[in-house]
Formats: sequence, structure tokens, C-alpha cells
Amino acid sequence: MQIVFLLEQVVNGLVLGGYYLLIALGLSLIFSVGGIVNLAHGAFYALGAYVFVQLSAPLGFTAAVAVSPIAVALLGILFERFILRRFYNEDPILSLLVTFGLALVAEQAIRMIWGAAPLPATLPQEIRGSVIVGNMLFSKYRLLMLLVIAVALAGIWLLLNRTSFGRVVRAGIQDPDMVAALGIRLQPYMTAVVMLGVGLAALGGAMFAPITTVHPAMGSEILTIAFVVVIIGGLGSFWGVVLAAVLVGVTRGVTIYFAPAASEASMYVLMFLVLLLRPRGLLGESIAKFES
Amino acid sequence: MTNYQTSRLAGPKSVLTRRTALMLAGGTFAASTLGAPALVRAQSGPIRIGHLTPMTGFLGTLGGWAVEGAQLAAKEINAAGGAAGRQIELMSEDSINPENGATKAQRMLERDGVDFLLGEISSATALAISEVAARNEKLFVAVGPRSDVLRGERCSRYMFCTDIPNTAMVNAVGTALKQDGMVEGKKFFTLTADYVFGHDLLAAAKSFFAANNAELIGDELIATDVTDFSPFILKVRQANPDVVCLNLAGNQVTNFVKQYAEFGLPYPMVGFNLNTADAWAAGVGNLSGTWPTVWLDSVETPESQAFVERFKAEYGKIPENHAWISYIAVQIAAKAISETGSAATPELIDYLESGAKFDIMKARQAYFRPEDHQLIQEAYAFTVKEPGSYDDVQTMLQLDGAVPAPDAPLDSIYPSVEGGSCKL
Repeated sequence: MQIVFLLEQVVNGLVLGGYYLLIALGLSLIFSVGGIVNLAHGAFYALGAYVFVQLSAPLGFTAAVAVSPIAVALLGILFERFILRRFYNEDPILSLLVTFGLALVAEQAIRMIWGAAPLPATLPQEIRGSVIVGNMLFSKYRLLMLLVIAVALAGIWLLLNRTSFGRVVRAGIQDPDMVAALGIRLQPYMTAVVMLGVGLAALGGAMFAPITTVHPAMGSEILTIAFVVVIIGGLGSFWGVVLAAVLVGVTRGVTIYFAPAASEASMYVLMFLVLLLRPRGLLGESIAKFES
Repeated sequence: MTNYQTSRLAGPKSVLTRRTALMLAGGTFAASTLGAPALVRAQSGPIRIGHLTPMTGFLGTLGGWAVEGAQLAAKEINAAGGAAGRQIELMSEDSINPENGATKAQRMLERDGVDFLLGEISSATALAISEVAARNEKLFVAVGPRSDVLRGERCSRYMFCTDIPNTAMVNAVGTALKQDGMVEGKKFFTLTADYVFGHDLLAAAKSFFAANNAELIGDELIATDVTDFSPFILKVRQANPDVVCLNLAGNQVTNFVKQYAEFGLPYPMVGFNLNTADAWAAGVGNLSGTWPTVWLDSVETPESQAFVERFKAEYGKIPENHAWISYIAVQIAAKAISETGSAATPELIDYLESGAKFDIMKARQAYFRPEDHQLIQEAYAFTVKEPGSYDDVQTMLQLDGAVPAPDAPLDSIYPSVEGGSCKL
């Protein structure tokens, strides 16, 4: 029986990892393509949750989950067009400061529009409760979330690896000058990637809104975890982020089983160990400055 | 990230230095004892109150209500002519953590020249501010923290606590639970916020379980920044308790109850701490069980209902219990200033310790117990209505009667001061 409970925590951790992945993948994509460390990423997660709550009354649960990431992704176009675009070729510290400022502005804007008090959001009755497989208990809703995440992940992988769009984006990451020399304008691709990343964060927010507190500072809560995942996985690596998200989720589940008090610290310890042994992250590309 | 607000109705900024203000205050006090009360009114310059409360972090939502309640009180007092004829200037700032709260308290006393400090929700931050207040020999009205420790071994001559302590919270809910037969011989599993407040609440819960023949079969300490409780919910199922009991705080409560409803475990849930804002944030159909509170908007006294109306007129929403407690804390401070004609700490302490009665919009009046500086007042338990019998979160809470019962002495639900650890 004990081993069942441990296994249950591991699987639950996998689901949680999938959720971290949604946020971290967008962060990683925007960094890879534009070289921007987007500290405003958490704000888009929060916006996803707020737009979901706003829309779920008139549209119903399913439609609201589907529409809110799209609505926030459209906002991402403005974000790219008017802010990020100016900083692709600048010192990264500038974009770091600008996006940090933007995160503060966004949090305050949420406070002004929706108020400081958390918004109530609930799951529809049909997808509440749990299913028992063997002796293991799963939340129905989290299994559903896992499905959505898997589909989103597969879609992005196909988009990046099996389409001409993906080829240009990957080439842009490797060698933007060569892409330009071939006469391809990278600009529209950048916009699309930012939209995609922001939309993923918003999808995470929308899906988590019914089971977490929807409050103005929720973006900064998730951002730390997303960064830890990206750092462990390695900057610029799709599979690295996937691996790291799963690893962080499972590590949390297992530490909560054995040493609950250490559960929050566990992911930082994991990050520390990975950076110690492999400064570029698990599957990250080599960064000459850090590895001689 | 710092929120800095001053009451809009506050008078012009004082041009006096702190020293001359003190001398003036001293002079006025001497003059008034010589039978010239008119001089009290002639004294110029506002009374400055340093108001600290968390506006970010896991208690941040509660702090928002605290600011609104305190600012409304200041506005009403000023509109009615101020306290002892002086306007109140309430400086509200975000106390992010204990270090930050202590630093800001020190700065408010030294640089801003506030007359005294008021506020806080986090017990940990309140302890830090209390030390600063004691060092500077200034009054600190601890508005929202609930740890028994603040009224026990860490009590202070300079600190007065207006919210009900953890023991009173446990007693308020415990009385209701015992009536429903949910204590005697039952197996409890507790989840506890991992900081001074949670530890303190767990201690109170443990002594309640021990006194009532209930068994504690598992306890989990949970860091304040945890937002996903699914691993803990799995552990609850593994333990198979009769009752799940929450000693959590702030956003933790909302997160837990939403995820507990998501998993749909069959064990009934109760808790020894819940703020109305966290209950509302849980949404329709997620919260259940019996919980304690210091005040609810449905308390049926004319004064409470009038306050709800005034608050709605000002902010367009129903007040939360932290709005109420901050409102009455400022009113109590203003009354103390009016009665003593002074904002000087020794006079205020003497007055608050004198057993003076305060109308806090409940059926019975409240007073500070001189032995531990706890505001002795009625508390309540409330129950969440059955799903389907309400459609708005603001009508889902059913207020039970006040505790202690009308014939019992008011301080019977509070920790005993005899043999207690508070030495003032």
C-alpha cells in the first residue's frame, strides 16, 4: 500500500509538472527567439485567469478556457509590437527592467480593473471529484488538464519541427543574420512566437483559475517556478524545459511524501544541484561564458 | 511596490518638529489639568498614526480590506471634527514581512514622527513591530494578528490586541462542533500554516482535542507560499480521518478548499481560522463546514448594519471582517485620544487599561483586559449553507449565535490570565 501512495504522489507530480511546463515553455520560447528575459510572463498568466473568470459567466466553462488564451495572445501582439521589439538588439538588462516594470504595472492594472479582492471561480459540477484507478486516486479535472497540456505540447512540437514556420523560427534562433540574408523578414515570426508564448501562459492561468486563488499577485507566484524550470532545463531547449518541468513536479511530490516541510525548498535544491554539475542546464546549449 | 496613502480629509501637514509637538502636547496637558480645556482644541496639527498592514503576499488580499476599513474610520472621525479637536492623519503602508514591517515602523516613529502605530495582520510581523514600539516607548494597536503568543509570553506593555486570539477561535468553533457531535472520539487530520500563527493555532487545537477526547492522527505543516495542495490532499486520503481540520491562513485557505472540492474527498472539513474574504474567494460550492469569526456582515445589531451601509456607500461592496476590525481599532484609538485629550503613549495606555468600554457594534460592549491587553468581546461561529441553497458567495455564510452564551462571562472563551505567561 505504501508504494501505491508514493506512486500516486509521483503521478500527481507529473500532472503538476505539465502545468509548470505551460508557463515555462512560453518563457523559454520568447527568450530563445528574441533574447528577452520576460519578467512580465507571470502577468499574462494572471490575465489569463482573470479573463477566464470574466468570460466564464457569459460563455460557460469550456468556451471560456478556449477563448481567454486567444484574447490574451492578441494582447501579446501589442506587447511585442510596442515594447519588446525595441529591445531585441539592446543589452538584455534593459528588457529585464522594462518587463519587470511592466509586470508591476500589469498587477496594479488588474487591481484597478477587478479590485484587490480575489475573484471567485469554480469548476462545473460534472468535472469535479476523483477517479480511482487500481488503488490510486486522481482528480478528474487534473487528468483533463493533462490531456489539454499534452495536446498543446504536441501541437507546438509539430509547429516547430514539421512546418516551414518552425524552420524559420529555428533558423532565426541559430543565425538571424543568415535568415535575413536569405530575404526572410523575421519580424512577423517574432510576433507569432510572442503570441504563442503569452497564449500558453494564459492557458495555464485559465485552467488553474477554478482551483487556485485568483488574485492580482498570482503572476509573481508562478513566475519564480517557471524560471526555476527554465534554468534547470537549459535555456533554449524545448525538451529540456519538458524534462525539467516533470522533474520539478515529481521532486515536489516525493518530498511532500517523505519530508513535507522541505517541499518548497526541494525545487531550489534541485536547481542548485543541476547548476553545480551542469551550468548550462540539463539540455541547454553551451554558454561559453559559464563553461570554459 | 510601496503603497503609501494618507487620509484625504486629513488636515494640513504639521510644520512642527516632533520635539516642539511633544512640548506643546505636554504644555497642553498641564494647561488642561489647570482647567483650561479650550486650549486642547486650540492645539494645531494632525494626529499622525503609522498604519502598517500586508498589501502583498499571502495575506495581501486581507490587507486591502484593512486599509479600506481604517481609512473610512479616519475619514468619518475627521468629518465629525477629529479626535480631541485634532484631525487624524492615517499613513497606510505595506508591511511585506517581519523585517520590512519593523523597518517601516522604526522609520514612521523616527522620521515621520507618528504619534503611535496601528495595524498588522501577520502575527510574525506584529511581533517584530511590537519590539520596535517597546524600544521607542510608543503605543502599538495590534489590529488583526491572532496568535496567543502576542497575549502570552511575548505580550508587551505597549501592545494592545483588538482581534480575537487563536484560543477564542478554537473555542468558538469547538462549541459549535461539540453540539453536532463532531469532536468526541473523532479522528482529526490537521493542516497548519508554517509560521508563528499556525503553530500557535495548532497548539490551541491540540489542547482542545485533548480536552474533548478527540484524536489527532496526522498533521502537516505547510509553507505560506504553497499554492498547490494536491500532494497534501492525497496524504489526507491516505490517513483516512473522520474530520479534516484547517489551521491555514490567508490565500492558503482559499487554495486548499478549492482543491479539496476538486478532488471531492468525503471527509467533512472544519477550520479554526477563516476570513470572510478567503471564504468569498473560494467561490460557490467549494467551501463547507463550520468556522470562527470575529465579525460578519450579517451580525444583527443596528450599528453593524449601519456600518455595512456606510461601507457600501463608500466602496461599493460589503465589508470583510478585516475592514471591520481595522475600522473599530481606529475608532477605539480616537476615543482614547478624545477621552484623555492626548495622543501621548502613557496617557493612552492608562486609559486603555482602565477597563473603559467600547461600543464595537456587537450586542455586548468590549473592553481591554489589563492583564494581557486583549480586547474582550463576543466571537461567532458560522456555517456554510448547503450547496444549491444560495447563489451568491456573499449570502452563503450562516451566522450562528454569539459565543460565549449571553449568560456566560465574556472572557470565558479567552485564555486564562491566571497562571498565564503574560507579565506586563
